[in-house]
Amino acid sequence: MNLKNLYHSFLLHLADSSLIIAQRNGECCAHGPILEQDIAITNITLDLLGQSRNFYQYAAQRLNEANGSSETEDTLAYHRGERDFKNFLLCELPNGDWAQTITRQFLFSCFQQLLFEKLSKSNDEHLAAIANKSLKEIQYHVKWSSEWVIRLGDGTEESHERMKKAIDYLWPYTGEMFMPATYDIINLEDLKSIWLNKVEAVLQEATLSVPANTFMHSGGKSGVHTEHLGFLLAEMQYLQRTYPGAEW
Amino acid sequence: MTLHDLEKIFQAKIDQEIKIEPKDWMPEAYRKTNIRQISQHAHSEIVGMLPEGNWISRAPSLKRKAILVAKVQDEAGHGLYLYAAAETLGISRDQMIDDLHSGKAKYSSIFNYPTLSWADMGAIGWLVDGAAIMNQVMLCRTSYGPYARAMVRICKEESFHQRQGFDALLVLSKGSEAQRAMCQDAINRWWWPSLMMFGPKDSESTNSDQSMKWKIKRKTNDELRQNFVDMIAEQIKLLGMTLPDPDLKWNEERKHYDFGEIDWTEFWNVVKGNGPCNKQRLDARRKAHTEGQWVREAAIAYANKKKEKSAAA
Repeated sequence: MNLKNLYHSFLLHLADSSLIIAQRNGECCAHGPILEQDIAITNITLDLLGQSRNFYQYAAQRLNEANGSSETEDTLAYHRGERDFKNFLLCELPNGDWAQTITRQFLFSCFQQLLFEKLSKSNDEHLAAIANKSLKEIQYHVKWSSEWVIRLGDGTEESHERMKKAIDYLWPYTGEMFMPATYDIINLEDLKSIWLNKVEAVLQEATLSVPANTFMHSGGKSGVHTEHLGFLLAEMQYLQRTYPGAEW
Repeated sequence: MTLHDLEKIFQAKIDQEIKIEPKDWMPEAYRKTNIRQISQHAHSEIVGMLPEGNWISRAPSLKRKAILVAKVQDEAGHGLYLYAAAETLGISRDQMIDDLHSGKAKYSSIFNYPTLSWADMGAIGWLVDGAAIMNQVMLCRTSYGPYARAMVRICKEESFHQRQGFDALLVLSKGSEAQRAMCQDAINRWWWPSLMMFGPKDSESTNSDQSMKWKIKRKTNDELRQNFVDMIAEQIKLLGMTLPDPDLKWNEERKHYDFGEIDWTEFWNVVKGNGPCNKQRLDARRKAHTEGQWVREAAIAYANKKKEKSAAA
């Protein structure tokens, strides 16, 4: 795939992050802690899957126009390998317990909200339209996940401990969201303090705090992932890889 | 008024097609039968999420993944309405869930079969949802109001699922040799268990007579099963596949398809807990419930704290 045009990489980065976290959330479907929450997380899965499809379809269109290729949303999702995926490491981390699942969603959705607000003002009308449509969904994701962070943080002793563990585990994967890749088109540094303020306010209400350890992992945006992604893709892509060229 | 009078008024309402509502007087056995049937139906929706949820991570295209996720989510929604409908009869959702987990309450045996290939997603939609719809269309007119109204909503979504299932199989049937084989294999595995979904033969069914009189059911197991066979025997022609029954044949005299004998030994084995996935399905439900215990406790603790705070303010 010719990715000399950095804009294509940016679109794939957006698509990959939404798809990979959707794939993870999808694992909760039928296994949630309460029926209503099973429905909620599945709804979020569907929203994120929808976002990724919009971005892949648009990326395919742009790639095909530029390279005369015949990419589709499915070739992009199912026929690229671990090193080609540009999602945040945060998105591929395992679900763990409910605290970890909702905290991962919270950290990601708060970022997505800020990024997509910027993208919704893009000169690229198609991108702006996708961002706008997604923003309505993301607003709900932020609300839902914030409420869970607060509920669990300020719930029982056990839930509080679990939340602390979840934040300690996930926090070192949040820095990557603000580290610019060659293809980024938004000044991420501007978003960082707004994101941090929002996250800190929710954590405070949840009687939790930002961890002292400030070391940050990176690599996802340039295709250097955790060991988790390979297994996730192997499972997700298996039918397309086993029966290349088949229609489903 | 004597019990006899109350029963007479109740039966008169049923006979006049007046729906029974939660606050109306009803015979204890009517209440119990409805609780058993509605909760069993709710449990089937919830347990039914597992065999299909099994393929969400492996769906072969993004479109199919989205369709499958939405479908499994619909089932969770159906479970929710049905639990709510059963609650109007004076049983709590917690109690119903405990009964499921203890093995006291049943769910549809069909979900004790494994989903072994992608084609099973299509076969479940087409055959299993197809069989369920036969039953559910009838239940839209069942005598207990809240159940009938829940079914109207559920039926709309179920017919959609059936079409999606058929569509998924249609694509496979027009695909490569491997895909066609996958499609036929799924039909072979799901056909007989789907026929078993209608329950024992009328001559063997213990709950049928009273349920017909109370209009909880309006068609017998055998009638519904026959309607289903007649429908599927036609639809399969469009797929260019076959049903695994050498005795399946149009009977001009009866104006129905004749079909072979169901393996009732297998049916009772699965009902009694010896199906391929009985243990796995219940274990998965129990595990989700147990692992969610601390989450539910935290939610209650937080809600209480909030109540105390607003009371103090």
